[in-house]
Amino acid sequence: MPMDKWLKSHTFHYHAFWDILKCVREKEKQGLKISLCIPTLNEEKTIGKEVVIFQSELVTRYPLLDEIAVIDSGSTDQTRDVAASFGADVYLASDILPEVGDKKGKGENLWKAIYQLKGDIIVYVDADIKNIHPRFAYALVAPLIYNTETKYVKAFYDRPLTVSNIVRPSGGGRVTEILVRPLFSLFFPELAAIIQPLSGEYAVRREVLEAIPFPIGYGVETSHLMDIYRKWGMDAFGQTDLGRRIHRNQSTRDLGKMSFGILQTFLHRLESFGVMKDLPELSMCLQQFQADDDHYEQVQTEIFEEERPPMIEVPAYRKKRRLD
Amino acid sequence: MGHTFDNILDQLATYKAGSETLRETILANLVMVGEIAAPTFQEQEKLQFLLQRFSEAGLPDASSDEVGNSVGLIPGKGGDKKNILLVAHADTVFAEEVDHTVTVHPDRVIGPGVGDNSLGVAVLASLSNLIEKLDLEFDSNLILMGASRSLGRGNLEGLRFFLENNTLPIQAAICLEGVQLGRLSITSLGMLRGEITCRVPNEYDGSRFGAAGAIFIMNEVINGLVEIPLPKRPKTSIIMGSIQGGTSFNSIAQSVRLRFEIRSESAQMVRDIRQHVENIIAKVTSETGTEINLDIFAGREPGGLELAHPLAHGTRAIMERLNIESRIAPSMSELTALIDRNIPAVTVGLTWGEHLNEPNESIQVEPISTGIAQLIGILMAVDRGFCHADG
Repeated sequence: MPMDKWLKSHTFHYHAFWDILKCVREKEKQGLKISLCIPTLNEEKTIGKEVVIFQSELVTRYPLLDEIAVIDSGSTDQTRDVAASFGADVYLASDILPEVGDKKGKGENLWKAIYQLKGDIIVYVDADIKNIHPRFAYALVAPLIYNTETKYVKAFYDRPLTVSNIVRPSGGGRVTEILVRPLFSLFFPELAAIIQPLSGEYAVRREVLEAIPFPIGYGVETSHLMDIYRKWGMDAFGQTDLGRRIHRNQSTRDLGKMSFGILQTFLHRLESFGVMKDLPELSMCLQQFQADDDHYEQVQTEIFEEERPPMIEVPAYRKKRRLD
Repeated sequence: MGHTFDNILDQLATYKAGSETLRETILANLVMVGEIAAPTFQEQEKLQFLLQRFSEAGLPDASSDEVGNSVGLIPGKGGDKKNILLVAHADTVFAEEVDHTVTVHPDRVIGPGVGDNSLGVAVLASLSNLIEKLDLEFDSNLILMGASRSLGRGNLEGLRFFLENNTLPIQAAICLEGVQLGRLSITSLGMLRGEITCRVPNEYDGSRFGAAGAIFIMNEVINGLVEIPLPKRPKTSIIMGSIQGGTSFNSIAQSVRLRFEIRSESAQMVRDIRQHVENIIAKVTSETGTEINLDIFAGREPGGLELAHPLAHGTRAIMERLNIESRIAPSMSELTALIDRNIPAVTVGLTWGEHLNEPNESIQVEPISTGIAQLIGILMAVDRGFCHADG
């Protein structure tokens, strides 16, 4: 499908979904259950507001969400207490599916949410959004409710295609623009139409979530897009403009780590898809440098993008969902 | 329920418990209201949000007017004869460029304007849910109003416009302020609010060693203001609120602006002090040959309820039952526009807060339910006729 045609038919603006009541009625008509998952690690400053907003607006006022779950990686601050005090269901990732062990990474929480939560649709929202608003959930869920062909709806927050003459501050999306989009453009040009492939906010049907593997670290969003594209094609995707998103800015060094993890995932996918053969053994060690006066010091970080298998292959999940 | 005033006092604990169950709704409204910037004259987006809330609650005739006020009406059983006005100003002292992010903790909410007056607006936005939750019925219509253009140069334009054009008879009014719980205003002081601007002429040789500049000249004005004799009775004060001028360390200031208010229990005293101010400015102008302008852009007439008025008395009794220590102080805000029209009115606060009008303004969560119980109690008391002077 030509990229501009796909963009026109699969790209939305949150304004289009202002009628939340209509969305709730359609959801009820289809008998869908929707879960919100917020993965956390030391997010006590922002989690309270997120839970309050979603609880009040999308559970009490408009019953769009059937559950709000915080899946925590073991925060050492008050994240879990704050979330619970405002009515979220709070889980420690390590307590979910204990028989498969506990791995550290956001992808682990997202993966375990598939087991723990009951929704036919799960909407994932990061916990570090300062300007949280109900649209961060309803505008991602709505395209799935209104279009049964759509399986995965991604958020984006910028308008790079419509304001190309304006230089914008690079407050976010640097890894996208200098790593992921160039890679997609080289190997999967259609995927370059996903405006913010790394955004942490997306809504997905369970049938898709349970069928794809989950890198537990930085590569989880990139691998989702590649796996879903390969299995279901571009028509499975939608994307919604959510307006502004204010969040913590990451240091260049942290973005380097992120890029390293994403590249690992990407290259391994290329190999498993048969796009690239005979990949040499890759180092798991990221080399970075820091300067101390005129002395340069090497900083090495081990980053190993481990993957969880598709949840549908996990016996406990098959038993819980009565799939056998 | 509510046949006697004591019945209402007995119900306050129930109102408090009911509002606790709506904590998330109130906090969510507070966050969404608080994150919309609303400097005076730019409250439209915030008031549109309030209007949307009124519409979602199914309030008939929810609408905005020519000056941007948002008004909704919770119909009472008694037709249009009895009406109680609840008003909260929507504007804040914070410019649009200020980061309006609100942070929610279990015990407090932090952000610019959360107390003054996002909480007041959020409670208006939540009131319909609250009344439904508590299963309350009123004979009176409750007119809910988010007021535009209240602060500073706004000079209560929003509420004054509403009162000029409103056709419904208003029995009483309650002005909602986010902070401080226990605040009770029933009177207004006489007031004049203005700016004194001093500009040295362009040809003024600012580089000349020893040249004075606008700051020294404004200092002469301030010295004059400080020397104005102020009586202890009637209570009178001159508040110098802010001063701005100059651009750097080493250039002589070309202009300085002083913002001030004159406040007094006596309207005559306010007029006398204004005359003093004009004389000082004339004297300094003639001595320095500079341009000094006085711009008085807001004023209030003193007045209000006696302490023994049933509305004041009833409100204090409600506060006392809720263990709220009442502090009676005159108001300079919405209350004064109501006093001007002889509408019995009180201003009350909803919770405790600190760092008022600073970017890290914060309010306490737990007392909000007490503040709301107080509000419901006053509404019930007015509605049942316990707060009318002839009741």
